[in-house]
Amino acid sequence: MRHLLSIEDLTRDDIERILDRAAAFEEVSHRDIKKVPALRGRTVLNLFYEASTRTRSSFELAAKRLSADVVNFAASGSSVEKGESLKDTVLTLVAHSPDAIVIRTPYAGAAALVASWTTAAIVNAGDGKHEHPTQALLDVHTLRQKLGSLEGRNIWIVGDVAHSRVARSNILAFRKMGADVTVCGPPTLIPRGIEALGCEVRYELDDLREADVVYALRMQHERMDQNFVPSLREYAANYQINGRRLGPRQVLMHPGPVNRGVELSGEVVDSPQAVITMQVKSGVVVRMAVLYEVLVGRASDLRQRPTRPTEPQLA
Amino acid sequence: MTPHESKSNGASGVRLVSAPARPADLLLQHVHALDPRTGLDGVRDLLVRDGEISEIADSGTLSAPPGAETVDGAGRHLFPAFVDPHVHLRTPGQEHKEDLETGTRAAAAGGYCAVIAMPNTAPVIDSAPILGALLDAAAREARVPVGFMPAITRGLKGEELTEMAELRALGAAGFTDDGRPVADAGVFRRALQYQRLCGGVLALHEEDPSLSGKGAMHEGVVSALLGVAGIPSVSESTVIARDCALADYENARIHIQHLSASESVVVIRAAKARGVQVTCEASPHHLTMTDEDVRGLDTRRKMNPPLRSEEDRQALIEGLRDGTIDCIATDHAPHARDEKEVPFEQAPMGTTGLETAFASVYTDLVLPGILPLALVIEKLTSGLGLLDLLVPAIAVGEPANLVLVDLGAEWVVGESGYESRSENCCFADRTLRGRVLLTLAAGAVAYRERSTILSVTSSAGQSLR
Repeated sequence: MRHLLSIEDLTRDDIERILDRAAAFEEVSHRDIKKVPALRGRTVLNLFYEASTRTRSSFELAAKRLSADVVNFAASGSSVEKGESLKDTVLTLVAHSPDAIVIRTPYAGAAALVASWTTAAIVNAGDGKHEHPTQALLDVHTLRQKLGSLEGRNIWIVGDVAHSRVARSNILAFRKMGADVTVCGPPTLIPRGIEALGCEVRYELDDLREADVVYALRMQHERMDQNFVPSLREYAANYQINGRRLGPRQVLMHPGPVNRGVELSGEVVDSPQAVITMQVKSGVVVRMAVLYEVLVGRASDLRQRPTRPTEPQLA
Repeated sequence: MTPHESKSNGASGVRLVSAPARPADLLLQHVHALDPRTGLDGVRDLLVRDGEISEIADSGTLSAPPGAETVDGAGRHLFPAFVDPHVHLRTPGQEHKEDLETGTRAAAAGGYCAVIAMPNTAPVIDSAPILGALLDAAAREARVPVGFMPAITRGLKGEELTEMAELRALGAAGFTDDGRPVADAGVFRRALQYQRLCGGVLALHEEDPSLSGKGAMHEGVVSALLGVAGIPSVSESTVIARDCALADYENARIHIQHLSASESVVVIRAAKARGVQVTCEASPHHLTMTDEDVRGLDTRRKMNPPLRSEEDRQALIEGLRDGTIDCIATDHAPHARDEKEVPFEQAPMGTTGLETAFASVYTDLVLPGILPLALVIEKLTSGLGLLDLLVPAIAVGEPANLVLVDLGAEWVVGESGYESRSENCCFADRTLRGRVLLTLAAGAVAYRERSTILSVTSSAGQSLR
C-alpha cells in the first residue's frame, strides 16, 4: 500500500494485515529499549494544519520507535500564516525528500490531493470531517485485544456524527470487520444520508443496552453557537453516557479529549469498562504498523507468523 | 470599420457588441441543415454572401461565386449557432481567469454566436460608466457579440437597486445579481416593480444563504460519506417559490438561472401553469453529471448550485422535454489553475463550459436516445430569445449565425488545450462525440477548427487549396 488515505480504500484483509503487524510491535513497546531499526535512515514529516497533541505525538513516537528521523511542521508560526498555499508548502517541504508525510488538515480530500503532488507516502491523520483512518485502526486494534473478534458485535457510536471524521472512519472500519453499527445523536448532528455507510440511525439512547461497545464522540463547544443543540445541559440529559446508561458488560470508548460531564460522566471515564487509555496505547503500535506498511510494504506475510515477526529490520 | 452591433428583436436599445470582422462569403455544400424552429431538416447547400444567408438550395445545386470559400460539409451538420444567456467573462478585474477576448474565443469554439456576461466582476458591473467601458472594450476584443447584464443591486450586496433605467438605456441585456440571491424579499420586490419603468428581465441565482451555509456540494449520500457540508436542494426551490409568487403579484418577468433540483422543476412547472412570467435554464453539467461524480473531490466539479442526485438530473431532463426548462445555459465560470488546485472545500465554485456544452449534451443525452437532437438544438439556441434578444435561424435573409458540427468526431476534452484562459472544465479528460468545425457569428467567421478543410475560390475561379 503506497498511502493510507481512508478506511474506505481498505479491505478487511488490509486492516487485518496492518493490525497483525501492530500486534507484533506491541512486544517492542514492552522492551526496556523501545526501539527497532526498521525505518532507520527514513524521514517522516508531520505536517499538521490543525491543533493536535495526541495524534501528532503518537505519530512522532511511532516513527522514532522505528528509528526514523522526524520533522514536525505545524501550520501556525509558519509560512502558512503568511498566505502560502497548501501546494506551495508541500512542494517546499518535499524538497527535503521526506519518505512519508503524515498530514492533518481541516479539509476533506486534502491528504489525497497532497498524494498527487509528491512521491512520498502519505498518511492521512485527519482530513476535515472526512476520515481519520489511523484512529479507526487503533480502535479496531483495541477492540480486537479486548473482545477478540468484532464479528457480529453491536457497536453504538453516540454524539456529533455530522462533524466527526472519527465517526465516518469508524463506521466503515467496524462494518468491514463484521460488526453491526448504530449511530445515535441529536437529529441536527446526524447527517442526511449517513445510512449509506451501512449503519442504523437512532435519535434516542433507549436501546443502548443492545450494544457490546459504546463509542462516545467528543461534543464540541463551538457547536453551541450554530444552534445544533439548545444547550450542553440538554445534550447531556439526552446523550451523556453515564453510570445509569452504561451496562456492566459494555466496553466504553472515546477518541479523546473527553469533556467530562458532557458526553461522558466522570464515573464512566474512570470505570473499568472504559478503554480510553488502551486506545491511546494502541495508537503508537498501530501507527508504527501503518508507517511500516507504507514505507516497507508487505514484504513478508505476518499472518503466517503472528507471534514474532523475524525479518532482519525487527531484530 | 465600425464595431458590429447586432440588431435585437424589438427590445429597446439592448446592445450585443463584437469587434469588427469581415462579413463572410461562404458556400456550405452538402450539409445536413437542421433548424428546429423552421422545420428545416435535410441535406442542403447554403450560401452566405456578405454575412447574410442568401440562398438555401438542394444539395449539389449551388456553386461558389468568385471570392467565396467553399466548405464541403458532406456528412456534417449545420445548426443555428448557439446562444448563452449566462457566462462569466471575468472582466473587469479578474482577467487572469478570462477576458472578453479569450471568453468569446471559447464561445466561438463551442459553436456560440452570442453570449451574455454576468456582473460579478471586480468592480461589479453596477453603474453606467462601467457598463459603457465594457461595451467599448467588447467592440475591440469580442470574437462573438457580447451583451452585459448589470447587477440588480449595487455591489451585489442585495441592499440598494442599481440605476437600472440608465443602465438599460445604455444597453443592459437585463439584470442579475448572479452568484448570489437577492436575499431580501422587499428589495427584490422593488426591483420587480421598477421593471415596469426600465424593462429587462431579472435573471436570478436562487439560493437561501441560511440553508446553504458553508455547504460545498449537494447534501445527500455522497456528502454524508465525504463529510463535506451539504447544500440542500430546498435552498434553491424555496427561494424560487418565493420569487415566482412575487413576480406573479407584481406582474413582472423573471428568469431562473441554473436549475439544479427536482423540487425547483416542480415549482416552476406549477408557476408556469398558473401564468407566471417565468423562464428558466439548466446547464450541461447538471444535465449530465451527479454528486456521484464528486466522490473524488475534483475541484473542477465544484460549482454552485452543486451537482445533485440522479433523481434531480432526471427531473431536469424531463423539464427540458416538457418545456418547463426553456434553454440550456453553461454558466461558464473560469478560475485560474492555482485557485482550483486547493482542497475541495477551499476551492471557488465554477466550471468552464462553453467549449464542451454541445458535445457533452450530445454525447450523454442525444446519442443514448434520451433527448432528440432537434430538442437539444432548440434549447441551445433559445436563451437570448427569452431576453427578447437574438434567436438565430437558418433562413434566407438572416444574418449568418451558424455552427458546423461533425457529430461523428470523437475528442478528449482538454487534450489539445482550451480557448478559454482557464482549464477548470468539469468534463476534462472525458471522451466526447461531436466536434464544432466552424462557427459564424453575426455574419463573420468566428472560429474554425484547425483541421477543417476549406477550399477558397479566388476571383479567377481557381482553387487555392
